[in-house]
Amino acid sequence: MTGGLVLGVESSCDEMAAAVVRASAGKTEVLASVVEGQAQVHRPYGGVVPELASRDHLRSVSAVADAALRKAGIDVTDLAGVAVTAGPGLLGSLLVGLSFGKALAYRHGLPCVGVHHLAGHLAAAELCEPDLQVPYIGLVVSGGHTALYRVVAEGPPEILGETRDDAVGEAFDKVAKLLGLEYPGGPAVARVAENGNAAAIALPRPMLHDPNLDFSYSGLKTAVSLAVQEREPLSEAERSDLAASFEAAATDVLVAKARRAVAEQGASHLAVVGGVAANQRLRAVMGRAGDEDGFRVVFPSPELCTDNAAMIAAAGARLLAQGERHGLELSAFSRVPLSQRPWS
Amino acid sequence: MPWISRSGLLRNWPSKSPTETSALARALAIALLQVGDGKGWVVSLNGPLGAGKTHFAKALAEGLGIDPARVSSPTFVIANEYEAAREFRLVHADWYRVESEDELMASGLHDWLAPGVGLVVEWGDRFPEALPEDRLEVELRPGEAIEDRQVCVTAAGPVSRAALERWSAACP
Repeated sequence: MTGGLVLGVESSCDEMAAAVVRASAGKTEVLASVVEGQAQVHRPYGGVVPELASRDHLRSVSAVADAALRKAGIDVTDLAGVAVTAGPGLLGSLLVGLSFGKALAYRHGLPCVGVHHLAGHLAAAELCEPDLQVPYIGLVVSGGHTALYRVVAEGPPEILGETRDDAVGEAFDKVAKLLGLEYPGGPAVARVAENGNAAAIALPRPMLHDPNLDFSYSGLKTAVSLAVQEREPLSEAERSDLAASFEAAATDVLVAKARRAVAEQGASHLAVVGGVAANQRLRAVMGRAGDEDGFRVVFPSPELCTDNAAMIAAAGARLLAQGERHGLELSAFSRVPLSQRPWS
Repeated sequence: MPWISRSGLLRNWPSKSPTETSALARALAIALLQVGDGKGWVVSLNGPLGAGKTHFAKALAEGLGIDPARVSSPTFVIANEYEAAREFRLVHADWYRVESEDELMASGLHDWLAPGVGLVVEWGDRFPEALPEDRLEVELRPGEAIEDRQVCVTAAGPVSRAALERWSAACP
């Protein structure tokens, strides 16, 4: 297959999503992208609720896929292939999308490929910026991941550094909970931080001065927890200052390490992807760093930052074009580095 | 050595640093390997936000032969699974965001309470009834100094008691 219409299916955690892309040489276009957002369902619980997630997935998978095909104005018989997230993620959630994708491909005699969720996030940047020059640096920042990659033309991306404990999006969620804010924590902390002073409370920037490209967010979370305990009950102003100080500390480390990775690798482009890439402060500070150091920063559009299936379809379209095919034995995996291909 | 109470064997260790806590966790892993013999076991890991539960789980994984650099917080996905050895896997779960036992079942709890699986669950005390009686309860209690922790352990049931006895012998 050198091009054609590819259906993507993604169900690794929160979101059940399906999308159709049209891939042709050098260009991939999103025809439809449907995300059955579950943040609404989860909000009362202050977190992602797996039963709601997987039960909702099971209920919605075929409806979401149908909606994507309808929105794209195509029939399932027009498809050239199916791409589905195989991992990493919660196995129960992954299996819903994966089984659906495999069954649909089998039923219609279509080729099927499993996609690594993080390869999908990186593909989101390429969807928005087709001129992204390899090798480029990819910074993946989300609720489950915080990592820097060197992305090359052929073969899997090379990992340069990653979090040793909590992901940055998880730190946003837990700090939101410590501050008495709602789920999801990223937008909630950012909103409250707008009225705060980022220099008001000194918080650590873990691993900022370590020579490696790894991250750590559990110490920052602990520091916020201590700062909350010292001040309880929090006034509105203190809450805003803490949110702003945390947001600054969390994003400063991302910017410093990404900058260093770009310089060390001599790259000209940096792609920042994943849910936290929607954070406005991160976008502003990273953009300025790129201007100063002379590299281009690419952020996917907000709807391609959070989990979606267009990125899975795009990454899958490339694998299909390279001749990859995965059979019915393709299974979901919980946790495998992007550099490995557990299904082949 | 551990002492005996109605709820099982008890043992407390003071820890002055994350390094000391890691050493304890690695010793626990070795004790579990010795008594487990391929059978399943359960460790419930408790303590407030920032107490060091993920830190403890990483060192425990390391003691089982898993690269600790691969082990990070499972809060977002609820559970990560690792191959620890042939026919033995570690499930590192986190119930911080889980709200009911039904949700635990949907996330795969039945598959994790099985032979050949070591289950380490952060915030396991949110659903103690969902866990088997034979388990180790490890609580990390923050102390006066910022890095001080009390590692407070309870063991009920034969596998956990045997593990705690070996662990205690290794870390007097």
